[in-house]
Amino acid sequence: MININSKLNSKIFEKDVELVPTRKGFGEGLLIAGEKDEKIIGLCADLTESTQMHLFAKKFPERFIEIGVSEQNLATVASGVAAMGSLPVISSYAMFSPGRNWEQIRTTICYNDRKVLVAGNHTGVSVGPDGGTHQALEDIALMRVIPNLVVVSPCDAIEARKATIEALSSKITTPVYIRLGREKTPIITTEETPFEIGKVSVFYESKKPEVTIIATGSLVYNALVSARELEEDGVGTIVLNLSSIKPIDKKTIIENVQKTGAVVTVEEHQVAGGMGSAVAEVLGEFFPAPIEFIGVKDKFGQSGTMNELIEHYGMGVKDIKEAVMKVISRK
Amino acid sequence: MEKLTDQKIKFLEETANNIRQSIIEMLVEAKSGHTAGPLGMADVFTALFFHALKHNSKEPFWEERDRVVLSNGHICPVYYATLAHAGYLPTEELMTLRKFGSRLQGHPHREFLPILETSSGPLGCGLSQAIGMALADRIKNGKNSTKQFYVLMGDGEQDEGNVWEAYLLAGKEKIGNLTMIIDRNNIQIDGFTENILPLEPFKQKLEAFNFDVQEIDGHDFNKIIEAIEKAQSVTDKASVIIADTIPGKGVKEWENKFEWHGKPPTKEEGEMALKELRSR
Ligand SMILES: Cc1ncc(C[n+]2csc(CCOP(=O)(O)OP(=O)(O)O)c2C)c(N)n1
Ligand SMILES: [Mg+2]
Repeated sequence: MININSKLNSKIFEKDVELVPTRKGFGEGLLIAGEKDEKIIGLCADLTESTQMHLFAKKFPERFIEIGVSEQNLATVASGVAAMGSLPVISSYAMFSPGRNWEQIRTTICYNDRKVLVAGNHTGVSVGPDGGTHQALEDIALMRVIPNLVVVSPCDAIEARKATIEALSSKITTPVYIRLGREKTPIITTEETPFEIGKVSVFYESKKPEVTIIATGSLVYNALVSARELEEDGVGTIVLNLSSIKPIDKKTIIENVQKTGAVVTVEEHQVAGGMGSAVAEVLGEFFPAPIEFIGVKDKFGQSGTMNELIEHYGMGVKDIKEAVMKVISRK
Repeated sequence: MEKLTDQKIKFLEETANNIRQSIIEMLVEAKSGHTAGPLGMADVFTALFFHALKHNSKEPFWEERDRVVLSNGHICPVYYATLAHAGYLPTEELMTLRKFGSRLQGHPHREFLPILETSSGPLGCGLSQAIGMALADRIKNGKNSTKQFYVLMGDGEQDEGNVWEAYLLAGKEKIGNLTMIIDRNNIQIDGFTENILPLEPFKQKLEAFNFDVQEIDGHDFNKIIEAIEKAQSVTDKASVIIADTIPGKGVKEWENKFEWHGKPPTKEEGEMALKELRSR
């Protein structure tokens, strides 16, 4: 059952659960942080509304820089802005930032140790009809390999808002990447749900858990639905929300895998190099256990609706439940 | 190139009108996609595929064909519709745009539709690919090459650094059989280009790269085809055609509005637009 300490949305399993895109949470968080901190400067590459930076840009036009469609310039200008003591936030689609400007982020932002918040929108196949060119499935891998950079992948719009505010607070002194989605996805958490960059939360825990499901992003929802259905079938699980991919909360992950001895990771990203790989690195070193990886398996995305594509690429509830049964058989 | 008669111009105008109707039907059915750019470029696409290009829809992989690289992939509805009207695809297939399993991906993807010269969507990469194609052809065929290389770009797309890296190289290599056609419709997503990241004086900038630059009315078939002929005749440098177009062209209510960059018409809006186009 749902971990009561996680204070999740009481309507989570209902038909009329609220649907909000995580990018909206980012836009709201930026506006709130911007109201408090005059150092914050927004920069965008011709996608101001669709990345939800328009909320900030409208309120603080004097602190907004329109860069045009030039993502390499976006990252490098931001580095310069940070050099003057301001706090830049850059937004585009993840395929272009950090996709196109990865080396600029690595060198001029991270290598230089400049605090910049990089917001990558339109991640995952859930981008839908725009097709494979616009569906970032590699950004976690690209970003988590850069030293000095924090990587956050919120599970819903509320968490995206909290993560944005925390990333821009003085608590965090390094650059941060935040991974966002385009489509409306279920509200999983509430204002009271604990969130802290660097911490994993237990969202679900059955009485006798046999498998630990570790999920990130909006697929945490599918993980929770799977856990509930499995529990009805007599199969207990733990569901962890791994929104903070780097730094990774080794302690909580290991503790919760020790209880079950088997893992399923769930992410809307290439299996290679993603969150599941990060988990495997931790477990390989400290507590080896069988793992099944739910994610895109070495394929590009394509056009379709969000649900069609989530099913097609094997990230639906049915796939997660099958992976759970499979990993139990591997114990 | 075949001579341009009054009768041919009439045919081109009718064809462009049919292509515009297809674009609207496709977008209404897809419920997502880009409207302004495709409608604005319908005349240029028609001039290319129904007059200027050396190509054969029965033999799409004919080695001697002219190459067309669509760099601003988001305007692909006009590309797909033109390919269908030119006999490359069944027109019914246009209704599958952006749907799961369709060959007509939201942005062009060669894996799904191999007759495309390239995949695109992420802006700023087409010119470099066209240069690569033209240089490889020059290395292989030298002066005996009979192919023309065309690349189509947007004006907002000019913001990308990759475009200007490619301009430097195209200037250096003096690629006589390369023609860059730029959709100068003055809009991009966030607004008018001159407010977002000004390009002017655009023609002079391009001339400074040592290109032959023409700026023309992108809706006048006489002018478009004359410009392509001139570009072909220039063999000691690459050519640029800045096509001044009206985004949303053909549907009065949508013309020159950047809001139409990336949204499709609703069913009702589509019907209104089709009525307007059919009455021409
Ligand atoms: C590298 C990259 N960055 C951002 C985008 C998102 N995008 C798609 S179209 C567009 C505006 C392009 O303007 P323009 O080329 O003038 O096209 P038009 O609006 O006239 O159709 C942007 C920013 C993209 N496709 N690729
Ligand atoms: Mg434009």
